[in-house]
Amino acid sequence: MSDATATPAELHGHEDHGHEDHEAHYGVPGYDPTASKMGMWLFLFTELLLFGTLFIVFAAYFYKFPTYFMEASSSLNIPVGGFNTVVLLTSSLTMALAIAALQRGNVKLSVKMLNATIGFAVLFCIVKAFEWGGKFEHGIWPGSDHVSAMEFGQQVFYSLYFVMTGFHALHVIIGAGLILWVKKRTLNGTISQERLVLMENIGLYWHLVDLVWIFLFPLYYLIS
Amino acid sequence: MDAAAHDTHDAHDEPHLTPYSVYVGIWLALIALTGVTVLASVVDMKHQAIFVALFVATAKSTLVVLYFMHIAFENRVFWWFLLSAIATFVIFVLLTFADYAYR
Repeated sequence: MSDATATPAELHGHEDHGHEDHEAHYGVPGYDPTASKMGMWLFLFTELLLFGTLFIVFAAYFYKFPTYFMEASSSLNIPVGGFNTVVLLTSSLTMALAIAALQRGNVKLSVKMLNATIGFAVLFCIVKAFEWGGKFEHGIWPGSDHVSAMEFGQQVFYSLYFVMTGFHALHVIIGAGLILWVKKRTLNGTISQERLVLMENIGLYWHLVDLVWIFLFPLYYLIS
Repeated sequence: MDAAAHDTHDAHDEPHLTPYSVYVGIWLALIALTGVTVLASVVDMKHQAIFVALFVATAKSTLVVLYFMHIAFENRVFWWFLLSAIATFVIFVLLTFADYAYR
């Protein structure tokens, strides 16, 4: 459906019926975007606790071993981390624009913006993979001989670095997959101007991924 | 609750349309703040550096939550929702550090 608008009539009789129980037309009881978003926010709060707890662990050890943390932090490449920050911030912009475009019924622009968001997600992961690869080449991974020989404070820094950026990268990969799914549903019309809460919810997830990185970047790269 | 629902009654019927330019403006502000936090890290501030970094990160998060995540335009109930989640997390942080700092 390359058409700019999807009318409720076009949605009708779609094979994807019953995918969710509340699949009903906009304005009809059963389609409740506010309730859907509330459910999504509840899920995001569990994510806040997941990453928040790890940030507390980071803070506690940073308080205990400030010098070792700063030393280890200086081994991270600020331009590379900064570049990835810009990539993720831009992907958040394209995600927000995808929703804004669909709100105006512009399916073409919306899909373009979703493609851009997926592209930035892939770019982020490639950069991250090279970063990790560089660390591996220097013998740095949790439990490696090189790291085991370091001071305890530095060992903790690298363990937390790999766990937290690893969890974050996992979220980026899952998010990219979800956006791909949203794109498919936008193209076949099950997500449309009248019913776009699924895209909004996946957008919320994507912005959360961005939020986590907004804290990860300064705490790991910039404390040296 | 009734009043809150009434408040954003329009938002429910027709979604709040934020101009594209607002999103681009927020994005520019986020990029600029990233520049600020990188520059601040170059300046030698010893132990204050972490607080500057956290302050800028909080400012960036606020922009993302309010505009990209639409909290500024949602039903007021989302505000309370979000505030209670943040308050819960702040309590976790305070209790943990109250314990940690005095043991």
